[in-house]
Amino acid sequence: MAGVLVICESKQGRLQKTSRQVLSAGRRLAEASGEALVAAAFGPDAASLAGDAGSLGAATILVVADPALGEYSTEAHTAAAVRLIEHADPSIVLLPGSSNGRDLAPRLAARLGVGVASDVTGLEWVEGKLRARRPVYSGKAIAVVEVDGRPAIATCRPNAFPIEPAGGSAAEVVSVDHQASQPRARVVETKIPESEELTIAEADIIVSGGRGLKEAANFSYIRDLAHAIGGAVGASRATVDAGWIDHHHQVGQTGRVVSPNVYIAVGVSGAIQHLAGMSSSKHIVAINKDAEAPIFRIADLGVVGDLFQILPLLTEEVKKAKEQH
Amino acid sequence: MNSVVCVSQVPDTESRIRIASDGLTIEETGLKFIVSPYDEYALEEAIRLKEKSGGDVTVVSFGPDRVAQALRECLARGATKAIHIKGDSGKADSLGIARVLAAAIRETPFDLVFLGKQGVGTDNSLVGPMLAELLDLPHVNVVTRIEIGEGSLTAHREIEGAEEVIETTLPAVIMAQKGLNEPRYASLKGIMAAKKIPIETKTTGDLGLTDDEIYGSRVRVVSLSLPPEKTAGKKIDGSDPAAAAAEIIRYIRDEAKAL
Repeated sequence: MAGVLVICESKQGRLQKTSRQVLSAGRRLAEASGEALVAAAFGPDAASLAGDAGSLGAATILVVADPALGEYSTEAHTAAAVRLIEHADPSIVLLPGSSNGRDLAPRLAARLGVGVASDVTGLEWVEGKLRARRPVYSGKAIAVVEVDGRPAIATCRPNAFPIEPAGGSAAEVVSVDHQASQPRARVVETKIPESEELTIAEADIIVSGGRGLKEAANFSYIRDLAHAIGGAVGASRATVDAGWIDHHHQVGQTGRVVSPNVYIAVGVSGAIQHLAGMSSSKHIVAINKDAEAPIFRIADLGVVGDLFQILPLLTEEVKKAKEQH
Repeated sequence: MNSVVCVSQVPDTESRIRIASDGLTIEETGLKFIVSPYDEYALEEAIRLKEKSGGDVTVVSFGPDRVAQALRECLARGATKAIHIKGDSGKADSLGIARVLAAAIRETPFDLVFLGKQGVGTDNSLVGPMLAELLDLPHVNVVTRIEIGEGSLTAHREIEGAEEVIETTLPAVIMAQKGLNEPRYASLKGIMAAKKIPIETKTTGDLGLTDDEIYGSRVRVVSLSLPPEKTAGKKIDGSDPAAAAAEIIRYIRDEAKAL
């Protein structure tokens, strides 16, 4: 067996969105290399993903059904992934660029003595080798890397690859057994915040606040709009460093690099490291009272005005527009 | 408690990046280099552990001569020992770098290894888990808090929209995330004291590694370019807030198709 192996993640018996994206990216590579697309999943629910995986073009889904793999553990999942690779002997292994995918890929690669193209936004099969495009310096430059060795491993940036249904029937489930071992590091608790917020890594729409908000309490303007529009709350480094909001909202070079469909920058001046983190967003709206703010240089729609007057009206209009649907 | 902190030196985050004439690397002349921001959280955590329970904080860096400056800075903040492994780290891939660090760390007594969750710049986030694997140690990635127990450690790991509490045996490798602590600045006294601490230098050959193990790239850059210049779109006067809101709605609905 050879092929393009996609290690998938699921939640409540369904493939995660990022895994669907990676399967579609994998299918294109499989077509280019003339190989099969093989899905793989861990845990007790893994076999239930066969329909999902088949609809995205996988003929086979390899399953390590050990219940202990239902929750992610670096060491246990590395051992199980090694078993899958021994079984399938793939030329390419793709993983979602999620927290777990980006944790597993390097550990797996080091065990196999191969490399990883990390957080890629494009993949190509060129003369028998995997070529990946990846933003570096938070998007200030773009590198194209070639991955040698077998398998060539890559993690795919969330939202960089479209989901392309292939209309296939359910993938054939193939069980792979493995030797369970006791991991030294294990999860003892998962803390989920009471209000389940959409994270900036996954969101299609981000509303971001900057120093123009003047104080922490005014992040309510951002939250209200984000909530109305169904988006995530982003923040500039200045606001995070000032303690106005938690760092996991931070967009930019020491935060997250994001590329949502819509990025609304509110009172964000546009420091170079912030711009690097969001300039690949598809539609950028900026609201700032300073007409000279650097953010306007990359905004598709720039509004020079007072955010405290515009945002409440905008939030109301969004609510009205949503109600019409 | 002895800690090793792996640090990498990267271009200042405020830098403009230019591509060198080889089309594969960045132009380094005129660039200001800093300790990678995530490594600063790693270092700070190790220094706090030392202040609480003693032991050494050894900083290790692999790279060209300029890296000595980063090590000096770490000493000034409170690291007690420094090892500079000389080599062209820019030509090594992440596995090559992890192999060098692993070889150096094996020669140093430690309970914990700290490093940033990613080097700011190349943004791979690969060296930490690779290093842990090569040392055959457990690791916890993207850590925002740690507590030391008896021969064990509890760490908080940031994941999408949630936080995991992970318990691990020691020794272990910890990858620091922003939020783990507030890194200190070097004091004048620290800077003066650091000048008296020698930086131990080694070659990769001293560590018993071949060039192929380090530079036999499994991930090779074939081109490096600047992204297409994003151009400004429409800029409107928002002095009429209702009109401005209406225009934003129109844009999001009609052009972004997001409403």
